[in-house]
Amino acid sequence: MKKFLSKINRRDALTLLVLVGIFAFFFIMLQTGAASHQFKNMIIPMTYYILLAISLNLMVGVLGELSLGHAGFMSVGAYTGCFLSVMLVEHFPDLPMFVYLPVAMLCGGLMAALFGVIIGIPALRVKGDYLAIVTLAFCEIIKTVIINLDFLGGAIGFDTDKIVPDRNKALTLLPYAAFAVIVSAILIMNLVRSKHGRAIMAVRDNRIAAEACGINVNFYKVAVFGIAAFFAGVAGVLYGHNDVLLKSSTFDFNMSIEILIMVVLGGMGSNMLGSVIAAVVMTALPEILRDFSDYRMLIYSVMLIVIMLFTSAPALAGIRERLSLNFIKDAVTKRIAAAKAKKANKTKEEQK
Amino acid sequence: MSDRKTVMSVNGTEMFSPPSNILIPTRDEGKKPVLDVRGLGIDFGGLRAVDEFTITVSPTEISGLIGPNGAGKTTVFNLLTNVYKPTRGAILLDGHPTAGKSVAQVNRMGIARTFQNIRLFDQMTVLDNVRVGMSNNTRCNFAESFLRLPGYFKAEKRSRERALELLSIFNMESEAYTLAGNLPYGAQRRLEIIRALATEPKVLLLDEPAAGMNPSETHALMESIRQIRDQFGIAIVLIEHDMNLVMGVCEGIAVLNFGKVIAKGTPDQIKNNEAVIEAYLGRQEKKEA
Repeated sequence: MKKFLSKINRRDALTLLVLVGIFAFFFIMLQTGAASHQFKNMIIPMTYYILLAISLNLMVGVLGELSLGHAGFMSVGAYTGCFLSVMLVEHFPDLPMFVYLPVAMLCGGLMAALFGVIIGIPALRVKGDYLAIVTLAFCEIIKTVIINLDFLGGAIGFDTDKIVPDRNKALTLLPYAAFAVIVSAILIMNLVRSKHGRAIMAVRDNRIAAEACGINVNFYKVAVFGIAAFFAGVAGVLYGHNDVLLKSSTFDFNMSIEILIMVVLGGMGSNMLGSVIAAVVMTALPEILRDFSDYRMLIYSVMLIVIMLFTSAPALAGIRERLSLNFIKDAVTKRIAAAKAKKANKTKEEQK
Repeated sequence: MSDRKTVMSVNGTEMFSPPSNILIPTRDEGKKPVLDVRGLGIDFGGLRAVDEFTITVSPTEISGLIGPNGAGKTTVFNLLTNVYKPTRGAILLDGHPTAGKSVAQVNRMGIARTFQNIRLFDQMTVLDNVRVGMSNNTRCNFAESFLRLPGYFKAEKRSRERALELLSIFNMESEAYTLAGNLPYGAQRRLEIIRALATEPKVLLLDEPAAGMNPSETHALMESIRQIRDQFGIAIVLIEHDMNLVMGVCEGIAVLNFGKVIAKGTPDQIKNNEAVIEAYLGRQEKKEA
């Protein structure tokens, strides 16, 4: 066990632990019937938003490219996966969910990844704000194209009634959702802590130096577009199996912004824990604020501003420091660093 | 200076401007030059930034590129690493032309460099900076990375050990887990050199390695440069304004002014070269009021 733990990054381990904890909590709430109707409806959206936030963090936080097209990738995945599921269920009415849903997730993800690569190649020519606009435009194009495709339901929407579970929707879908999110999180975190992850972060930190180190910058940019789009596609499939009607107008740029807010709020970078927590909180917040009826969006916006100021305003650094219990973290990191240095010295001595 | 002698470097073709007679350390005698640059030139609009730049570097030579500010030294480095596409001339690395290759491909062929204005991966640890340099020598594909197959652990372990080994050249192992952006200036320069070495180059280009270092640090750097040459058996070309370092460590020196090579030779020859003195200090007779 100790050997196993030494092989994974501590932060990643914590992220996984939190993820497992969240899903266990959901599961217990559903099993015991303690969950309110409102809470039940929030569970599956929370899981796919976690997945969306993690995958967008790979693009924005790890690769360092601003993308506003995540909802577009999600809709590609959602339509592909749901179309496939509906086809399968129509042809084989007895097909159980544990067959068609994973197949749909995989195919939806792959199709989204394909679109990710296709949009990634022209996107190599632009960066920063310009890339954000290109991806935003892509998102709008996808939306418009889908509206005009009759076999996907057009403007009325795509009817997914057949594939959405009738009873206990949240409880039926949760195992699949939890599995998809946890596996995706592991895969993404594994990637980040590997040679390829380091190369991607090198591109983010200094493109010119990365090239001078022999890293194929264009390859990694397109690869990350593909990978992030894949997981967004999987999240889209989950979305489609939770909602009885897929409307392409849902996947607009507001949704992309929402995901981006989660990533920025949770903290961009190689640590995915922030994205996970922010996704949960940001999905729950509008629902919780329903009690305030008319003032809901006002309070939501004000809270966003306050959280943003609190987490990143330079003037509040002192307060953050006091509240964050960072001195504990510092002590721990110091000890870890000291232990690592000691170990390094030891191996060096042994070599001598 | 008995261990050096002047040798005409022998090259097959005479298509380009004739190869320069430069000083080759006796240990490299008879070996083909690792870097053979012929008639290199680049124009920026109407400005000839570099013109007729010809130099050969033998496999384990330490050579210097000096010149007044704006002479085109860094431009030469950018040409050698294909950041700029040359307007004229050719670069042969171990006999292979680098024309048409990308910056990354040139690095993989064997030319590594450091930067005048430090370019580290600030948000990554010192260790990871070095490991990024080792990317192309680390065997670990996407599947192994995603799924943590045995190949992943092997590659990670190997790269970590190798990176620490490289860091030990400058005694930086204890800083391995510091963020590169938090290192002091001198250490950042040293880390850049280590990162460049990690790419396993044949030619190492150092752009002002001693900039911002104090005399004792510069002295230590000179020792390290020689140590790197001996340990890795590679050629080193350096741009530097610190003449103590250049004269102390370089075996051959080329002087650049207004994009043209005005002198080549041993440190002693350069010190006494009139064209060089003129470029740096101006001409003595023409004192017009």
